[in-house]
Amino acid sequence: MSLENIAIKLVADDAFSVGSVTALLSEIAAQLEKLIATGETSLIDLKSLPFAPGEYEQLRQALGQGEVTAHMDAIGPSEIAETQYPGVWWLTHFNIEGDIVADMIEIAPFPNILQSQPEDVRAGLERLQSMLAPPAATND
Amino acid sequence: MADHGTLEQRLAQQGISRRAFLKFCTAMASLMALPPGSAAAIAAALAKAKRPSVIWLSFQECTGCTESLTRSHAPTLESLIFDMISLDYHHTLQAASGFAAEKSRTDAMQEFYGKYLLIVDGSIPTKDGGIYSTIAGRTNLDLLQEAAKGAAAIIAIGTCASFGGIPKANPNPTGAVAVSDIVKDKPIINISGCPPIPAVITGVLAQYLTFGGLPELDHLGRPKAFYGETIHDRCYRRPFYDQGKFAKTFDDAGARNGWCLFELGCKGPTTHNACATTKWNGGTSFPIESGHGCLGCSEPDFWDAGGFYQALSMPATPLTFATGAAVAGAAIGIGVSLANRAKKSAAKKAHQAATLDDLEK
Repeated sequence: MSLENIAIKLVADDAFSVGSVTALLSEIAAQLEKLIATGETSLIDLKSLPFAPGEYEQLRQALGQGEVTAHMDAIGPSEIAETQYPGVWWLTHFNIEGDIVADMIEIAPFPNILQSQPEDVRAGLERLQSMLAPPAATND
Repeated sequence: MADHGTLEQRLAQQGISRRAFLKFCTAMASLMALPPGSAAAIAAALAKAKRPSVIWLSFQECTGCTESLTRSHAPTLESLIFDMISLDYHHTLQAASGFAAEKSRTDAMQEFYGKYLLIVDGSIPTKDGGIYSTIAGRTNLDLLQEAAKGAAAIIAIGTCASFGGIPKANPNPTGAVAVSDIVKDKPIINISGCPPIPAVITGVLAQYLTFGGLPELDHLGRPKAFYGETIHDRCYRRPFYDQGKFAKTFDDAGARNGWCLFELGCKGPTTHNACATTKWNGGTSFPIESGHGCLGCSEPDFWDAGGFYQALSMPATPLTFATGAAVAGAAIGIGVSLANRAKKSAAKKAHQAATLDDLEK
């Protein structure tokens, strides 16, 4: 059973914050400036940050929801959504059991993981070509 | 014997896409506490990584470290065991028993001599020839020395294997020592903690498997990626410490407002571990988030380092003023230490161990 199945609802106290959210938003603003100036993308690993109880939810509220959401299914689901700030994407990767294995903010025009990978494109083309090829003649 | 090919080959055989592999590497980067952009480097290294044979020996321990590992969720234990390592011997997790189990250990040691990874949890009793813990009639000391000879590297999991842990606590009746006290000629990585954080166990394993060789270690042989900072450095209650706001009891207004637990005995300032960021139970929380101070379980001799509820600013074995010893100046210290010495020797005569409480009376 996954921890998600245990019916405990975390009640976030909006008043409680040690300032992590504001600090992180400032960092995101700095990375956005860099993206605009140089085109350099960046990633922030949310699991490496010491959030106080409730601050994670506060960050979600602060970043909000943008125009694009994507669902990916590759060794477990992934939820990818643009926040209300274009260029700021929230990526949550789950494993097959439904546990979060990576939770990050990507500052980029488009999340890298959503692009078709060259290796997969080549393998897909081979599959398509073998389907189109006439069946090999048999001896009988 | 299991397939020892590269991870990429095995994933490709299972029809796993490059994108899925990249996602896996992103999760691995997060797990290994590496910069999030290093997924591509991990993918390149993993593509070449071979699946090594792993022999896991459990000595004087409580199985808490194995319990912790089996709660690892990123990657799952199954994927770690079957995709990344070939776990050839682990007497709690393996199906084989008796002679068959011991044979799988000796077979793996022979076939992969010089290449296998040896994992040890538990301390090693050395008193009276090491008779206090034996497996299949052989002492832990003997088994460790034999297995260490052919190991490429040794990972000591848990505070017992890393530093002696609770079996070594005073008065250490079995003469318990750490792996590094016995083995001197092999690289050893200490993953301390009682138990260690599951994600740290798998993270260090993954790092070793991905990049080979040893990660950067601190002066106690622990990987800096996870033990480089103190709990206090990364604690979300740290701002309250800086503001001088401390909980005085476990149920006062300060405690309810999430103030710093320093005065309630929190050992966060002297404890190096990743609890404050990696957290426990799949990233749910860690002890300080539940309102209890850190016990310092990833540090050597944590069990004997004074009371769990005594502030770090107090000496580990404080001398309290005996009643009526109101003598001025240095004489107080002398009088007190004499009084305490007398208590100690009285306790000795009565065949009782002198405890911290005796000294504080």
